[in-house]
Amino acid sequence: MRALDYKRWRDFWKMRGQVLAIGLVIASGVAIYVMSLSTLDSLTLTRQTYYRNYRFADIFISLKRAPASFKVRLLAIDGVERLRTRVVAVANLTVANFNEPISGHLISCPMPGEFSLNSLYLRQGRLVDPGCNDEVVVCETFAKAHSFNLGDSLAATINGRRKTLRIVGVALSPEFVYQLQPGSLFPDFKRYGILWMGRKALANAYDMDGAFNDLLIKLAKGTRPEAVIERLDRLLEPYGGLGAYARTEQISHRFLSEEFRQLEQMATIYPTIFLAVAAFLLQVVISRLITTEREQIAILKAFGYYDRAIALHYFKLVLMIVSVGVGIGLIAGLWLGRNLSEIYMDYYRFPFLLYTLHPRIVLFAVGVSLAAAGLGTSGALRRVVKLAPAVAMRPEPPATYRPSWPERLGLKAFFSQPTRMIIRHLGRRPFKALLSVTGIALACAILMVGSIFQDAIDYIVEVQFGLAQREDLTVTLVEPSAYRALLSLQRLPGVDYGEPFRSVPVRLRFRHRHYRTAVVGMPKDNVLHRLLDENLKPLKPPEAGIVLTDQLGSILKVKPGDRLMLEVLEGKRPQLEVTVAALSKEFIGVSAYMELASLNRLMGEDNLISGAYLALDESHLAGIYLSLNEMPRVAGTVARRHAVTSFYETMADQMLVFTFFIIFFAGIIAFGVVYNSARITLSERARELASLRILGFRRLEIAYILLGELAILTLVAIPLGFLLGYGLCAYIIYYLQTDLYRIPLLVEPGTYAFAATVIITAAVLSAGLVGWRIHRLDLIAVLKTRE
Amino acid sequence: MTEAAKEVFAVTGLSKVYDMGEVQVTALSGVDLTLRAGELVVLLGPSGSGKSTLLNILGGLDHPSAGRFFYQGRDLTSATDRELTDFRRYHVGFVFQFYNLIPSLTARENVAAVTEIAKQPMTPEAALALVGLEERLDHFPAQLSGGEQQRVAIARAIAKNPAVLLCDEPTGSLDSKTGIVVLEVLERINQELGTTTILITHNIVIAAMADRVIKLADGRIAGIESPTERLAARDLIW
Ligand SMILES: Nc1ncnc2c1ncn2[C@@H]1O[C@H](COP(=O)(O)OP(=O)(O)OP(=O)(O)O)[C@@H](O)[C@H]1O
Ligand SMILES: [Mg+2]
Repeated sequence: MRALDYKRWRDFWKMRGQVLAIGLVIASGVAIYVMSLSTLDSLTLTRQTYYRNYRFADIFISLKRAPASFKVRLLAIDGVERLRTRVVAVANLTVANFNEPISGHLISCPMPGEFSLNSLYLRQGRLVDPGCNDEVVVCETFAKAHSFNLGDSLAATINGRRKTLRIVGVALSPEFVYQLQPGSLFPDFKRYGILWMGRKALANAYDMDGAFNDLLIKLAKGTRPEAVIERLDRLLEPYGGLGAYARTEQISHRFLSEEFRQLEQMATIYPTIFLAVAAFLLQVVISRLITTEREQIAILKAFGYYDRAIALHYFKLVLMIVSVGVGIGLIAGLWLGRNLSEIYMDYYRFPFLLYTLHPRIVLFAVGVSLAAAGLGTSGALRRVVKLAPAVAMRPEPPATYRPSWPERLGLKAFFSQPTRMIIRHLGRRPFKALLSVTGIALACAILMVGSIFQDAIDYIVEVQFGLAQREDLTVTLVEPSAYRALLSLQRLPGVDYGEPFRSVPVRLRFRHRHYRTAVVGMPKDNVLHRLLDENLKPLKPPEAGIVLTDQLGSILKVKPGDRLMLEVLEGKRPQLEVTVAALSKEFIGVSAYMELASLNRLMGEDNLISGAYLALDESHLAGIYLSLNEMPRVAGTVARRHAVTSFYETMADQMLVFTFFIIFFAGIIAFGVVYNSARITLSERARELASLRILGFRRLEIAYILLGELAILTLVAIPLGFLLGYGLCAYIIYYLQTDLYRIPLLVEPGTYAFAATVIITAAVLSAGLVGWRIHRLDLIAVLKTRE
Repeated sequence: MTEAAKEVFAVTGLSKVYDMGEVQVTALSGVDLTLRAGELVVLLGPSGSGKSTLLNILGGLDHPSAGRFFYQGRDLTSATDRELTDFRRYHVGFVFQFYNLIPSLTARENVAAVTEIAKQPMTPEAALALVGLEERLDHFPAQLSGGEQQRVAIARAIAKNPAVLLCDEPTGSLDSKTGIVVLEVLERINQELGTTTILITHNIVIAAMADRVIKLADGRIAGIESPTERLAARDLIW
């Protein structure tokens, strides 16, 4: 090994504390990057493979009823490669020992051996025997939620008749990766089940013999879905088509894509911050090192070392530090990535996970870390090159100090000599002090981002379920029914109040933008289910016009007063222009609202309702469920209590896991920055402090001079961190909005307190470590070597 | 060998002006000087007279403001940084008042740092043996006394077998006994290896061991003397 290599390794070892601190910051950035991108890649690959192998359709459409023979006409459409007709129905399910109503989604099961679209991944058992009419395959989530075994049975109220079904298989489908009961916002695996039944049996029960009411289409390669959708809508209109839509509008696919997008945002925002901080730390540390070693550099140059060789020497030191970080980061990232993927697996219903780590991710992480290090240290390395040996050889001129401005303002008398040393030292290199402050402030900012999610989730629940959706129970009917259905619900013992609603599937169009959703009609004297304005005051459904949630408003880019096209996808399918009356504040979901009577009028129907919101006496709940189970027209129920729980579960599982990592890593940043600035101050001032010790200063007095500076930096940094943190929260929240829910920007006092506490803890910890070094300050050694 | 080839350094009209903004400091003005191979030259002069400036220019650490500067017949006046670096790398050894060792390297490694980039160096061990430190090879600078550190610095300077050895107050921070040990080493190297040596000092006594003594004052050469009898370093007393 060459002499310079020895020097480098010894320097490296001597600064191991700082190396570790910087290394860990780099490691955090790399780990988050690798973790989120390998998770994203794995999930994307898994989804892609799943879709391909189980032939997820490209276009979907439901209709009222069309004869099976019509299939030939549809196949003739240009671009349609393959299609599958299905019979689909909703039913109430009853499971032994579970008294609440369960909504069932019944789908005709592919035949064994059939090469069908949206085919099933069988986890257990087999497909339904087409000849049997009481066999059923259930979706895995539902089976798990009720601990079903093969051979168990459950009852379904199919078209008013109760039928016992025997479970022969447990399966998953690419169409239900994200499982959402219509009308509900979050998955509830206990109260919503997907069942695949023999086609004949299902058709019999619903009067669909020789007919179908649901269609899946696979497009030929390179076909644009729009044209096919238009054709389909026209052809199926006479058969009660509900509007065809492409994958991008398919619920499960859409939510999955939104989640993937979020993950991608995380994968860029956080590592960028971490690597920026690492670059900053490297800059500070390497600059400092080079200042300390200017005479050594000069002597090497005097002896004929080339500028390049010396710069390379320091760059290799940087490389060593970066390698430590990248090494730890890659290992941690891989490990976390695997685990995060598993968590996501649990949350999404993929049958398998293809974990991949693309070499591109590793290369990119390494490359970006190196680039950050290069950027951070290029200035210092340039100084190495520029250093003229003749000048560097003479000792650095004594630093110029001036009385600081508080002293010049006449406060001098209040400061002791040590205090003057602190402020003059800070004042001599204000830019450097500013950099340290910025570093600590950044850490503080990241810590804030970590905890805003919990605040936001609590707030959403408070607003959404406390102010807006105040009903205890939502009852959905099998199909639009006469107003008197409400009366029979109101009459149930224990029901205090009932309020009707009408829900109509529509496509909203404004200019070239469009969105598929439902218009919910609510009575003008609504009290349970309310709309809120931007100040969270109740907003009455308008006499005329439509209300959109603010999120839908921003998706379509409309504001009150704009006129948009409303294409109803049900019944007579009217199309007309409506005026946006107002935007309502809503954190979850993307719906449109109208006054009930005006919606009925628009549909050309007579007081029809789709269901009701009920206020109950909780003690009667069991009885109410029992009665609802007996009512054939009831398709399903959603209880507010369960909605809140599943909201927490949905959010908590992923958001909070991620949040934990962020807070953990931000703690590392805080410590890395604070420790480094303390360490550097110590090395800059070791001589001075040792001299003071020799003059008779006590250890504590010395510690005051050194740590006082650290305290000032930290205290200045915290408010700045609050400011940065608020900005960062706003930025991140802006990027994490999804159709499913929107996170309000809400920074509670607790968040500030938390961030400040962590920073101060990190500062105290660093102070302790540095204080220990002061304790061991070797006076002779310090004075013997010339700085 | 011709007369010209025996000239190691030749400078004519050498000046150095430091531009300090409002004031201009003239460190050297119109210095003419020739140094011959194998000579041991002592530079004397009051503080601020330009000794270090002259040495730095001769050693290729600094550029003159005016005048010309030849090394072994080669014009280095307007040499590029790279050419000056190579000049230092292969021809010059430096010794400074404050030793300037690399604290994180042992004595042996400090010397190796230079021998690794030289063309025909001696081994670090041989160089350290020349200065009498063969027993202290693996000690760090902090474990050596000032005189020992200075001897390591000399070993480091001569290990590459330089043609010239430039010493700026090598005994400046040493007591007389240690100073004499260091001077003995320099003398031995000058005599055994024939290394042209320039030695800056404030100590007039040391001038007695020189082939020639050059006195500087206010950036000019105030006089050049050749002592009739050259004393051995060991016989110096101060
Ligand atoms: N980098 C510089 N900038 C400005 N002036 C300089 C610089 N280096 C040297 N000088 C000035 O040039 C003059 C000569 O300096 P030099 O270092 O050569 O003196 P010296 O003879 O070596 O003195 P000493 O015996 O004190 O080391 C002095 O007046 C000095 O102040
Ligand atoms: Mg000098």
